[in-house]
Amino acid sequence: MHHSHPHPTDGAQIGQPVERVEDLRLLRGEGSYLDDLSRPGMLHACVVRSPLAHGLITAIDLTDARSVPGVHAIFTADDIGVPVPVIPMRLDVLEALHAFEQPVIAQDRVRYVGEPVALVVADSQAIAEDAADRVRLDITPLPVVTEPSPSGAGLVPASLLFEGTASNNPLTLSAVKGDAAAAFATAPYSRSERMAVQRHAAMPLEARGLLAFWSGTECGERLTMLGACKVPHANRRVLATQLGIDPSAIDLEEGDVGGGFGARGEFYPEDFLIPFAARALGRPVKWVEDRREHLLATNHARDARCELEVACTLDGRILALRGTAHTNLGAYIRTNGVTPSRNIAQVGVGPYRIEHVQIDVAVHLSNKTPVGTYRGPGRFETDFFRERLFDLVADDLGLDRVEFRRRNLVQPADMPWALPAVMPWGGDSECDSGNYASTLERALMEFDWAGKSALNGRQIEGRWHGIALGCYLEGGASGPREGARLALEPDGRVAVYTGSSSIGQGLETVFTQIAADAMGVPLAAIAGIHHGSTRFVKEGFGAYSSRSTVMGGSAIVGTATKLKDKIRDAAAGLLGCTPDEVTLLGTGAEDTRGQSVTLAQIAALGPIEAEGSFSSNRRTYSYGAHACHVAVDPGTGAVEVIDYVAVEDVGRIINPLTLHGQATGAIVQGLGGAFMEHLVHDDEGQLLTASLADYLLPSANDFPSIRVFALEEHPSPNNPLGAKGAGEGGIIPVGGVIANAVAAALRPLGVQITELPLSPSHLWTLIASAGAVARE
Amino acid sequence: MQVHFRVNGSAVEVQTEARTTLADCLRHELGLTGTHVGCEHGVCGACTVIVDGAAVRSCLMLAVQATGTNVVTVEGLSPPEGLSPLQAAFRQHHALQCGFCTPGMLTTAHALLATEPDASEARIRDVLSGNLCRCTGYIPIVQAVLSARDALFKANAVASDTPTATTSPAA
Repeated sequence: MHHSHPHPTDGAQIGQPVERVEDLRLLRGEGSYLDDLSRPGMLHACVVRSPLAHGLITAIDLTDARSVPGVHAIFTADDIGVPVPVIPMRLDVLEALHAFEQPVIAQDRVRYVGEPVALVVADSQAIAEDAADRVRLDITPLPVVTEPSPSGAGLVPASLLFEGTASNNPLTLSAVKGDAAAAFATAPYSRSERMAVQRHAAMPLEARGLLAFWSGTECGERLTMLGACKVPHANRRVLATQLGIDPSAIDLEEGDVGGGFGARGEFYPEDFLIPFAARALGRPVKWVEDRREHLLATNHARDARCELEVACTLDGRILALRGTAHTNLGAYIRTNGVTPSRNIAQVGVGPYRIEHVQIDVAVHLSNKTPVGTYRGPGRFETDFFRERLFDLVADDLGLDRVEFRRRNLVQPADMPWALPAVMPWGGDSECDSGNYASTLERALMEFDWAGKSALNGRQIEGRWHGIALGCYLEGGASGPREGARLALEPDGRVAVYTGSSSIGQGLETVFTQIAADAMGVPLAAIAGIHHGSTRFVKEGFGAYSSRSTVMGGSAIVGTATKLKDKIRDAAAGLLGCTPDEVTLLGTGAEDTRGQSVTLAQIAALGPIEAEGSFSSNRRTYSYGAHACHVAVDPGTGAVEVIDYVAVEDVGRIINPLTLHGQATGAIVQGLGGAFMEHLVHDDEGQLLTASLADYLLPSANDFPSIRVFALEEHPSPNNPLGAKGAGEGGIIPVGGVIANAVAAALRPLGVQITELPLSPSHLWTLIASAGAVARE
Repeated sequence: MQVHFRVNGSAVEVQTEARTTLADCLRHELGLTGTHVGCEHGVCGACTVIVDGAAVRSCLMLAVQATGTNVVTVEGLSPPEGLSPLQAAFRQHHALQCGFCTPGMLTTAHALLATEPDASEARIRDVLSGNLCRCTGYIPIVQAVLSARDALFKANAVASDTPTATTSPAA
């Protein structure tokens, strides 16, 4: 692999498939995940959760629970003080939505099954759970709303989740560019379709957990909370406000993290309740979520319907795109609850050159678990809507599906290409660089599209075969800044402190490579990557929106320059010359007369460190194309993914091993969402899939045939590495590509695909009903 | 209750409640936190340990049921320094990201290769399908186990020509 231009950060390590530094401890069973930690005198917490989806709390009887030996305290809203603190929005904040933020504990009303009502703290986890079973809740049921009701039909005043509001639809946001209405009015052809993506979730393998303890110092009390990740600095600000203390009196610390994918590390009710309990009891308190709790309490995702309409010329040039989506956000607006809806609107256009756009997204509250971001938030949904519609349009117009896409992709000469602004926030985002058609052509070649086309829509040995291709954009590197601090250790190695977080994605390895090249030293001269703690840098932003490598990595590059200047100054003192006569050579420095000192000798002069940050509000846009070949068994509805090819251009590849891992893992998550993962509720808002036996995840024998090709032909102009975010691209196009391949396979049967997941029962039903129609 | 069994070659004696699972006992009584708990209902496989040679979900087994058995955890599969051939194959193939499922993958694969050193790719996939991984998409895990299988098979073929032959796959 190579990139086309010499780069300011070119060096020996970036671009190499370096084996991960994290792996030694993780493979030996020496990782340090939250539940592996303990503190002397530690107590254990269990959250009592609402068994009903909607109701008024009339009484909470704790008598029986308090009588369990080993119980130290049970906290309810009354102990916390009314009004209890609420959890503020972190991303895409809107004043109009503050009323719908979640209180850290239910006060007088519960709005979803799993909402915290009380917290039991006891000597052991088992005792806490025993006592939690004995808490008696008296809840008067209210009518349960599980699905958006755009017209308001069927709603009675008691169905409103929040008193004093007019509907459960607090906001409709819009992506706008040009004049879609005018373009549709004169278009020679338009086509619309209604489609839906089911509720599913990130489902990291390690559930959430926290361990909080307070200590007294001469400057007052101080809180340490372990189990932080993703956005510790942002969470510290929230917690400080809620607890009424200064943020500098709180340390949030990250250990090893068993997967995030967007859901983990946001501020949840427990992030207040556990430190609150530890403060009240003067003892360390640990809480570890079990899997059933995770399924009820941690952010859900997706759950969107859309009617999307495209206008184009009869030879397939897109004139305009418009649509209306309805998203089901659950009971509250969580920290990033609106972000997926925003992305559905803005990225509806994908990598296509569409001048006129109007996509409205109505967000709805319901008596389900609140939603948040999950890898490719909104993007997975909107790509399914758009790409599915495109295949229908190409079919209508008798055009080749690939040619239809090729004809409409944004061209290199169009860069930077503006995406629609999303109202009411406003503000623009631009695609930064790239040749989108190049990934499409490469995907066709690697996939052997021409060869496999002969199989499309054919029945072979009983199974129907289909192929499809889709194109996508991946927004990354969200701003505004990231911080880094580099310190020369006494042994002459360099320690790196970053505001980025590790959620299992290989951050330590990638940052070691970036730091080594930025310092011009070997990997072994980097003494460690310290991440995810509020103690390490003044200001940190964390790991979300495919930002860590770009933002955190660029901060390391800039800070390394500062550190090298300081090292040069110090070396000049030792060598008796001026700093510009000093050349840094690997792990030492040399002057013009050939005299040299080692970094260890320089470090012996005293601490040398540099702190810096990288600022940018210009996002990066990775892009690519996926193609797949499926075979559908009409007797069972089972689908085999025979071949799946992904081509992406990520600007600059730091580590091909971890990049490949991100892409493959994300594709399989996407295949889970396309085929099997589904959070199903009944009409009473009870989750019917509250175990991993009911909520199905892909396993080792489901999707063995995936091929990933990563390119770095078009570095981002927006950062010194030229890198673009690459953690989410793999998942974004999967739903659309799979749905189109299945639809292509079943086209001879007259089956129409408009909803995910394509589970065997769903497909079998579609096939059977199409057969029934055909027989009539 | 008093429970006696062997863990990673050493005899242990634990005072524990009857309801304590083997997973909780290993983690919280014996400090062997390499064994992870991902679901507590026997689906995810993160807690897999080897009991008398068989891969077992330690969240579905009570500690008292381990009485008299020989238990091996991921710590017991690790050499004093560095990585075993199976662990090294995982690293080489980038078969782990967050690392939470990894101990269960290693114990499952180790138990398989110990009893079926010539397991086919299909067999390896089938056996690993009882362990969930949310990060990797499984492909590199299967590659790692295949590569460890081949390396061990070769090593054993060489070793069987010598009088000190061992059939242990992850010595």
